[in-house]
Amino acid sequence: MVMHDLEAATGRYLDLIGRADEYGAVDLVLGLMDEGVSAEDVLLRIIAPGQRRVGELWASNEWSVAREHGATAISERAVAAVSGRVRPTPTRGRVAVACADGEYHALPTRIMAEVLRLRGWQVDFLGASVPGPHLITHLHQTGPDVVALGCTLPTRLPRAHATIAACQAVGIPVLAGGAGFGADGRFARLLGAEAWAPTADAAADRLAAGLPSFPAAHDGPGGAAADLGGEEYAYLTRHRADLLARVTDALREAYAPMGGYSARQLEHTAEDLGHIADFLIAAMYVHDAALFTEFVTWTCQVLVARKVPAESVVLGLGVFRDVLTDCPHARALLEEGVAAAQTCCADQRTETSV
Amino acid sequence: MKGATGAVRLSPDLVAALLEGSGEGIVLSDAEGVVTLANAVAVRLVPRVEPGLHVPAPLDSVPSAPEGRTVIHGGRAIRIRAEAVGDGRLAWYLTDLSAARRTEFLLEAGRRLSASLNPDRCARAATELGADFLSDVAIVLLPPTSRRRMGWVRAVAGRYGPEEGTLPAAAAAEVPGLTDALAGLRHGVAGQQDPGGAPDWLLPEGFGPAGHLLVLPLPGNGVPAGAIVLARGAGRSPFDDDDQVMARDLATRAGAAISAASLFREQSTINTILTGDLLPPDLPEIEGMRLAGRLRASQQAGAIGGDFYDVYLPDAAPDSGIVERPPLVILGDVCGKGARAAVLAGQVRHSLRTLLLLESRPDRLLELLNRSLLASPSPNSYVTMILAALRTAPGDHVLVDLAVAGHPPPLVLRRDGTVEEVAVRGSILGALKKITLRPATLDLAPGEVCLLYSDGITEAFGGPSGREMYGEARLKEALATCAGMPAEALVERLEQLSTEWLGGGRGGQQDDRALLAVRAGTGRTETSW
Repeated sequence: MVMHDLEAATGRYLDLIGRADEYGAVDLVLGLMDEGVSAEDVLLRIIAPGQRRVGELWASNEWSVAREHGATAISERAVAAVSGRVRPTPTRGRVAVACADGEYHALPTRIMAEVLRLRGWQVDFLGASVPGPHLITHLHQTGPDVVALGCTLPTRLPRAHATIAACQAVGIPVLAGGAGFGADGRFARLLGAEAWAPTADAAADRLAAGLPSFPAAHDGPGGAAADLGGEEYAYLTRHRADLLARVTDALREAYAPMGGYSARQLEHTAEDLGHIADFLIAAMYVHDAALFTEFVTWTCQVLVARKVPAESVVLGLGVFRDVLTDCPHARALLEEGVAAAQTCCADQRTETSV
Repeated sequence: MKGATGAVRLSPDLVAALLEGSGEGIVLSDAEGVVTLANAVAVRLVPRVEPGLHVPAPLDSVPSAPEGRTVIHGGRAIRIRAEAVGDGRLAWYLTDLSAARRTEFLLEAGRRLSASLNPDRCARAATELGADFLSDVAIVLLPPTSRRRMGWVRAVAGRYGPEEGTLPAAAAAEVPGLTDALAGLRHGVAGQQDPGGAPDWLLPEGFGPAGHLLVLPLPGNGVPAGAIVLARGAGRSPFDDDDQVMARDLATRAGAAISAASLFREQSTINTILTGDLLPPDLPEIEGMRLAGRLRASQQAGAIGGDFYDVYLPDAAPDSGIVERPPLVILGDVCGKGARAAVLAGQVRHSLRTLLLLESRPDRLLELLNRSLLASPSPNSYVTMILAALRTAPGDHVLVDLAVAGHPPPLVLRRDGTVEEVAVRGSILGALKKITLRPATLDLAPGEVCLLYSDGITEAFGGPSGREMYGEARLKEALATCAGMPAEALVERLEQLSTEWLGGGRGGQQDDRALLAVRAGTGRTETSW
């Protein structure tokens, strides 16, 4: 099948999952396989791009969160249908595939698991948000050659780090994958993963090239992991709840309309502030300002698509900065966040005036 | 101390004791090149050193320089540093580099062999250590299984990743000393074997004949944990005393690691079998509806707990005496957490399976369960639960006959996004002789959802302040945003919201959490979008 046919099929697929038409979507992918499209192409060139579009459609407020979740559930079924159709005999080693603790965006990791299975690995897929003790118990019981750890949101990095270290402590190397580890994989290296792959097929190629059978010791004085976190990170993590309460109070004073918010609006504001805190904490953990500013820019875009002005982000970040009197590093990060949000405001004004 | 000479008077005896205690070899010569002093380490490393004789090789070839020189002497790597100490006298300092290798070996062996509780991973680590530190090829053979085969793992120095496989147990007899080693009969005996006797399968292809072969048992918990074979190529030096000490150390540590791991595997296999029935079942496809469930145990390593759900399909071929009934789903919560609660939950599920052969009326089933729990010898056998019998009705509707015993009543998500609590009540099971029940029947139109949940969801403490209860109102509001979602997506979203509320475990104490959704209609259902 030629390229543009696959693109057209992706469009049809997106349409079907957008209507939560499970049978339609499953029939489509199985039909493509009957026409000779490989299972890996169906996964990586139909389902994965379709799912990426779902995320974009949610961000631009064209799809509701319910529709996004519905479409994702249908894609889960489609992946299951594809993997049910092809049963390759394992010819390589064994891999445990898991999402980081707290990570619920399981589909990209699930697709990676299926691609590895298609490439001849014996795969145990442990699912979304796998708690550390559960994963380690599994590793002792099955003794895989490698753990493939998926992380989509960088806010899960501190816990992903704990998981990576725990896997290595029981002697199993880790391949890190997913957008959470940075577009260039810099956080995977920083957290000491043996390997990183941006996509499912790259992960399969990387594993085929071979990983060390036992992780190297990281505990030397020069190890990058020794510098992770820090005093302000520990403070923010421990006092997250109090901090958010203080920020909410300060925001109420700084922004009069908040007094008239409904309980639901207040909860949404609390959620948004919670996200800011979590990204700030993650950025502090890995000492990476871009992690935070990219989140700020993305948040502005999502809010603007929902008719919320980017100025509200500038305001919220400013309040955060003012409350964090004793945390110079966090304040500096927030300052950069304010600058990023102001750029978004300027962009927005240009767009409106055009 | 004020100065080296001021405080302590260094008698010749004291100097000699200090020198003897040193880990480094120390040799002193006079201006004529005659040895005047040599400590014990020096004599061990270079046996020809003797006071009164000329400085022997290889010391005499080392120039006096601070960086020293590494030489191979007597099969050992020794770093020798010579230094002028005045009046034409020279001092030599000798460091045994094989001791450094031994330290490195001990560190690595500790790190690698203590890491895993998986016997195969331990065996791999042992072979890699053997190949890295002692030999060209290292093979671990595990004790024969009931099928008269033995597993083997082989690592080759400088080659990536160990290979694995199995062999007939009888093949052990082809390697000299291996049968005895596997039987644990050669413990403590030097394991040098005739290398000519090694069969082809033992060594990797292209390795050629073995020059030296060491076969050692891996001592275990009373029974041997296997054996290790170390082979060096024909051109290599034989295993010396130090090598053999190190090999025995490797065998001891590997044996301990493999047998501890085997014990863990045995226990965890038993555990898996025992808890298998306590895990939530895979939800079946039922014509005209979709089921989806989620269960999160508070005890993360065990994945079992006091919350449970189950599905009982009607008997496929009911004969006389077996009652006919529609499919039944249940969701419940046993007092307590962890394994103890899981056992009771399993008993309840099993009791119900038996009762369902003879009784189908929900109120009668709950009364019988109540009696059975009251008669239970274990204390605090309190159970709350929901029974939901599922009948299909014309127009793709589903009728749900509900009976609730002390459990939060189910919620209903209507097509227009409104959420209602079903008016159904009843007393907890296992507490009082007499229970009262107020059952109800619910009519679900296509796309509508009946949600059963446990109080671990609504009583989750967390949120922005970290101290707030999630509560029924939030659950209802969250459910309202799920209109039109497939059942699977719905339970996943609710579980995710609940986990986020809990702050993902930062809050400390957590309860088990269970969700089960019944959605009327099938995959190709029109949605509200």
